[in-house]
Amino acid sequence: MRQTLLESLTHGSLTEPAPSPDDAALAELAKAVDRAAQAKLGRSLAIRQVDAGSCNGCELEIHALSNAFYDIERFGLRFVASPRHADVLLVTGPVTKNMRQALERTYNATPDPKWVVAVGGCAADGGLFRDSYACVGGVADVVPVDLHIKGCPPSPTDLLKGLLALLEHVGGKG
Amino acid sequence: MGLLDTIPYKTVVPAHRPWPRAVVAETGWRAAVNHLVGGRLTLLAFWAESATVHMALFDAASSEVAVVSYECASGAFPSVAIHHPPALRLERTIHDLFGLTPTGAGDLRPWLDHHAWGKSYPLAGRNASRDAVPYTFLPAEGEALHQVAVGPVHAGTIEPGHFRFTANGEHVVRLEQWLGYTHKGIESLMQGASLEAAAKLANRTSGDSAAAYAFAFARAAEAALDIEAPRRATLLRALMAELERLANHFGDIGAICNDASFALMHAQTGILRERCLRAADLAFGHRLMMDVIVPGGVTRDVASEGVSALRALLAEIEKVFPRLIELYDNTASLQDRTVTTGIVTMDYARQFGAGGYVGRASGRNFDARRSLAHAPYDELSFEVPVLEAGDVNARVWIRIREVEQSVGLIAQILDRLAAGEIRIALPSGHGDCEGIALAEGFRGDVLVWLRLGGDGRVERCHLRDASWFQWPLLETAIEGNIIADFPLCNKSFNCSYSGVDL
Ligand code: SF4
Repeated sequence: MRQTLLESLTHGSLTEPAPSPDDAALAELAKAVDRAAQAKLGRSLAIRQVDAGSCNGCELEIHALSNAFYDIERFGLRFVASPRHADVLLVTGPVTKNMRQALERTYNATPDPKWVVAVGGCAADGGLFRDSYACVGGVADVVPVDLHIKGCPPSPTDLLKGLLALLEHVGGKG
Repeated sequence: MGLLDTIPYKTVVPAHRPWPRAVVAETGWRAAVNHLVGGRLTLLAFWAESATVHMALFDAASSEVAVVSYECASGAFPSVAIHHPPALRLERTIHDLFGLTPTGAGDLRPWLDHHAWGKSYPLAGRNASRDAVPYTFLPAEGEALHQVAVGPVHAGTIEPGHFRFTANGEHVVRLEQWLGYTHKGIESLMQGASLEAAAKLANRTSGDSAAAYAFAFARAAEAALDIEAPRRATLLRALMAELERLANHFGDIGAICNDASFALMHAQTGILRERCLRAADLAFGHRLMMDVIVPGGVTRDVASEGVSALRALLAEIEKVFPRLIELYDNTASLQDRTVTTGIVTMDYARQFGAGGYVGRASGRNFDARRSLAHAPYDELSFEVPVLEAGDVNARVWIRIREVEQSVGLIAQILDRLAAGEIRIALPSGHGDCEGIALAEGFRGDVLVWLRLGGDGRVERCHLRDASWFQWPLLETAIEGNIIADFPLCNKSFNCSYSGVDL
């Protein structure tokens, strides 16, 4: 039984070829990222995900990045448990007023150099929740954002394209 | 009108469908509460408008539903929670949003209101202020006790919430949750929205249950308008609901095993989950199937390549899943973590009307697809698994059995899909009307109640996630377990944050 399972994991890889980095994302980053920092980090990034009030749809697709099809770790991208270990904050949601302070604190706890990636339509400008008394709006209304990955939710492929663009840029190749 | 026979009421509201809504005075309200306390009725939902509170009640013996409404003269109503604890968080929420005061309430601490909105009682429609006092957790006293505070930002990719553990050594003596961090003001955004815009919001109440919410919302709107979606549309809706259940159950079964350090299962179920989402994308144009189910039908028909993708998915699941069940069943190290861990007693499950796998793993035989059967489930054959152990293991097994049932349901639906209309136009020129519906989401029943104005806009909509009645049970389930088992217990519940924070 276990044999069968292990075999299915080892022969015949499910992992798909990497998508090419998103051009628009690269252009956005070219403006945002400091080149001196790029050299320091090389081609590896630690990501801390912060849900600042999402519907949890974006989280599901961020989770999918770790499955056998996308296998995000092969690119040197990995999720970490603490902002203190992170290079990148991956933020979702229309930033609810109840989460604003937690997002600010998480940002402040992340050492420099750091990048903020706003994931999903909500994180871009509040999305459908923009006009609510309970929401701030986009992530950029609370902390500086380096890259937006749009979609509701963005597919894992879109997420990967954006993150690869970030990685290339940070690695000095963007 | 059996359910209402033992509840004295003043009037029955016209154009409330499909079940009755009755306006009660204080005696009627108290009679309803007594039935909840005595266990004859189950609380399905509890919500408010600016000067009225409503309770949706369920009679398990006769499978009847009714809504009772109490008009809050002078802004107060008799507290339900003081007698019936499952109402507590809902009652605190009603106070937070509308400023209506439950008289006799023992606990009026804010629930959603973290004093960050810049206004008090945002849905009250009047200005009133509230003192911003720091939140106080319930006390736990004893010499050896210490507290562990977790959140709102957690270590993993999960939604934000605060957990306050009081522990004696490694053993948890009390867990208290404080949520509300993802409160987006959905019900306020719904007021005055077109049905189309409101359906989009309903889809995003809890993203993992997009199809279930859209299904419940569409059926509540159709009940209000007294129309029925075409048969092909109802079949496609159920297809999406079952596909969503499969994807989430695969994700959760793997995640629970992963929290017990058994990553192989996580890798395998992750593949099955991804295959579900890809089939959903091919069949319905969106991996989470958002915005496909709308009042009147569905926006998109499934093309023949979608049908083949779904059939291929079923074949793959039938090939792989039995092996995974065997693996789960025969891994002693895994069973060691899940058996007898995080028990929800049958009494609590019944009292709280716990839905989904949380209720069914603890003996509560309720499933909206069968207990309140609606099209197309009334013509499909499936079983509702029920166990009594109430532990993490039982919740995993309920999910396993539900995967098998959903596979069977999707196959039946594909066999029945005959050509036909998928959407009908909504009537215009109807008067004020109200509708209520339940849909069985993967984690339990989703309830939607709404009132439409004559212009077709939403006047008031309440969306009630199954998690309202599951979160408090997680607090009881962890008692006496060690803190290290909390992630495992928590994952076996997988309650929604966004769905209850709204
Ligand atoms: S962008 Fe869409 S999926 Fe993501 S949090 Fe917002 S509503 Fe949910």
